[in-house]
Amino acid sequence: MKKTFLKLILFALAIFIIGTFYVGLKKTEIYDTKNLIGTNLDNFTLNSLNEDLEINQELIKENQYNLINFWASWCGPCRAEHKYLMNLNRNAKNLKLIGINFKDDKKNANKFLSKFGDPYHYSAADSEGKVSINFGVYGIPESILVDNNLKIIKKFIGPLNQDEYKDIINLTK
Amino acid sequence: MLSNTGITLVILTTLLSITVIYKSFVDLHIKNNLVNQKILNLVTFQTTFSILSFIVLIVAFVISDFSLVNVYENSHTKKPLFYKISGAWGSHEGSLLLWINILVIFSFLFLVFTKHNNKSYLLYTLIFQNFLILGFLIFLLINSNPFSKIYPIPIEGLGLNPILQDPALAIHPPLLYIGFVGSSIYFSAGIASLISNCRDKFFAKSIKPWVLISWSFQTLGITAGSIWAYYELGWGGFWFWDPVENASLMPWFVITALMHSVIVLEKRNSIYSWVIILCLLTFTISVTGTFLVRSGILNSVHTFANDPSRGLYILIFLSLMIFLALIVFFRYSKKEEYNFLLKSKETLILANNWFMFFFLTAVMIGTLYPIILEVLNNTKISVGPPFYSAVIFPFVIPFLIFMALGPKINWIKNKYKEFLSNFLILIAAIILNFLIYFLLGKYSIISNLIIISSIFLIIHSVKDLLTFFKNKTVSDISRIISHLGFGMLILFIGISHNFTTENDFNLKVGEKKKFSVYQINFNSIQMENEKNYKKIVGEFRLINLKSNFEEILYPEIRIYEQPETLTYEASIKTKLSSDIYLTMSNISRSDYYNIKFQKKPFMIWIWISAILIASGGFIRLIKIKTR
Repeated sequence: MKKTFLKLILFALAIFIIGTFYVGLKKTEIYDTKNLIGTNLDNFTLNSLNEDLEINQELIKENQYNLINFWASWCGPCRAEHKYLMNLNRNAKNLKLIGINFKDDKKNANKFLSKFGDPYHYSAADSEGKVSINFGVYGIPESILVDNNLKIIKKFIGPLNQDEYKDIINLTK
Repeated sequence: MLSNTGITLVILTTLLSITVIYKSFVDLHIKNNLVNQKILNLVTFQTTFSILSFIVLIVAFVISDFSLVNVYENSHTKKPLFYKISGAWGSHEGSLLLWINILVIFSFLFLVFTKHNNKSYLLYTLIFQNFLILGFLIFLLINSNPFSKIYPIPIEGLGLNPILQDPALAIHPPLLYIGFVGSSIYFSAGIASLISNCRDKFFAKSIKPWVLISWSFQTLGITAGSIWAYYELGWGGFWFWDPVENASLMPWFVITALMHSVIVLEKRNSIYSWVIILCLLTFTISVTGTFLVRSGILNSVHTFANDPSRGLYILIFLSLMIFLALIVFFRYSKKEEYNFLLKSKETLILANNWFMFFFLTAVMIGTLYPIILEVLNNTKISVGPPFYSAVIFPFVIPFLIFMALGPKINWIKNKYKEFLSNFLILIAAIILNFLIYFLLGKYSIISNLIIISSIFLIIHSVKDLLTFFKNKTVSDISRIISHLGFGMLILFIGISHNFTTENDFNLKVGEKKKFSVYQINFNSIQMENEKNYKKIVGEFRLINLKSNFEEILYPEIRIYEQPETLTYEASIKTKLSSDIYLTMSNISRSDYYNIKFQKKPFMIWIWISAILIASGGFIRLIKIKTR
């Protein structure tokens, strides 16, 4: 009796784990956040990096185009893409950059910005990374191009490169 | 040409596997005490063909034969020879071929070295091992063929990811695979043992060398991975509790538990079923780890090779393995009686198993729970170092104490007499801990306790070592060395974790910066061309103002062309007492460079300790052989 019970539990556990893996495998699109394109951003609230401002979807509605960039001072590829962000800030007229600092220490984040330059119109901090997850962001850097109706136009996973830079310039003309 | 040769060899290996399975089944019904010589010959051919196919792949990489997709995608003519060779197992396809080779080689060695034992046990082991081989060969042929051709033949390859071009990482997969895949042989042997009723002591003796080999290599493999992370990732850390790292750690916990339980089975003829469970679990968890890493389900920063179709295949294979193991286990296992006294060696060896399973559970929850939650609930969480620190670290303390005291206790029954000496050792450990505390600064209670218990274990091990050298009667020198290594590992991790000094600043060429007792002069910067990359090398003079000690450091920024990537090479001066770690990164449109300075005490001792742990396994192996 005891053995049958044990058997049942073990088989059920095995089926559960394998089943979960299988569904996880089939659901890979949940990792592919590209299907968010065309949908609208959910409402969100974050404190600004220097805690003097509340950053939410209303601020996004003020600008024709917004590039929400997720970054951290500890992230190597973020350094690599930083020059494109600086250029975007300078050259893309209708675009405002919103930086969301991901799982980072505020001190280090500010240091990073004073060293490499601050391309952001608004800087928000998501020190626990929870809000970023709602944006469909799991790894950084990642950037989301949003218009003033909160509609997601495009997502850029990984560091921005020259082509994507041009792409953003064209999209926001 | 090479492509055809390679595929032919793989197909021959596949056909031989099928033949071996068939012949073994036939041989099972022949009443004879020895395994048919023909089967041995077949396995020898199978091993030869399999090794040859891997050599063909290496040759293709060495001569840059870009008619192979795999070579085209992962190599480049300008790559140094060493990395051309390691490129052979740098990709998913190549590493799968390596995986198959290890399966085949272990099956061959097991057959050769376990020659005189129970015939049906050997044959069943061979049959199940060849089912595993066959499964992976089919996977290779239909989904991940390293010999696939490309036409027209490209003139140049795409290159190997520069961050992977590192000596430690080049040897990391083979080492880890000997550990992971080597565990397949006792998965097969475990099932064979149940079916053929070849149990207990004999079974323990036959698998012990393979457990030791796979454990030792896996320990080295994990160490090589950490060394790579430390030297190459440029953050100064060496373990990030990343899911991919966890996937390599989980089987290690189970093998470690198995290694200890096998001793109990061998000496006391007990816990047979538990040993079988561990045998089955080790390889199952290894394959689960491979599934998690290769399918892309983990979505970790480390996942470089993922493809859901691969995942599906591995998952089907994994399910077959799990259900086969469960069914065979319940069909053939028998009820056992245990009567261990609390104060006996067997109980304390099993204490190792409790801890290993606790650590395993913690790491498994941290790794799998986010996946389960996401599938069931669409909620995404990420589990990071704080979880592992909070759950695992406190339990390291009793674990270390058990490791020190356990080996002192006799088999079956013990009267505990050494209370005074243990008390003295504890006092010595506490004094040493506070010495460290006053010399290096302050840290938390849990760190204090971990350091005290690790010193406690070290003193115990050193004491045992001295007894060993005095009278060579103490037989378990391998245990002493591994336990000493583990005590040192925890101690040095603790010290390096608590007492690393760090400084981060910007400098221009010609400038200097003072902080605490150091001064750094940024002397010059130079651009150099290497074979497959360009590099910017900074020259820094580090002066210790207190001792007037000087050191020149050369951190680099490397610019690789194929594929175009920037990597930051830390300049690391390793000394026995500490590592000086300096990285430099450029700041766009500015003459300034961002400099990160770290002084990490006793870093090299972490690697030495890990190697010491593994060497214990090798010493035991040599002893088994000479006996």
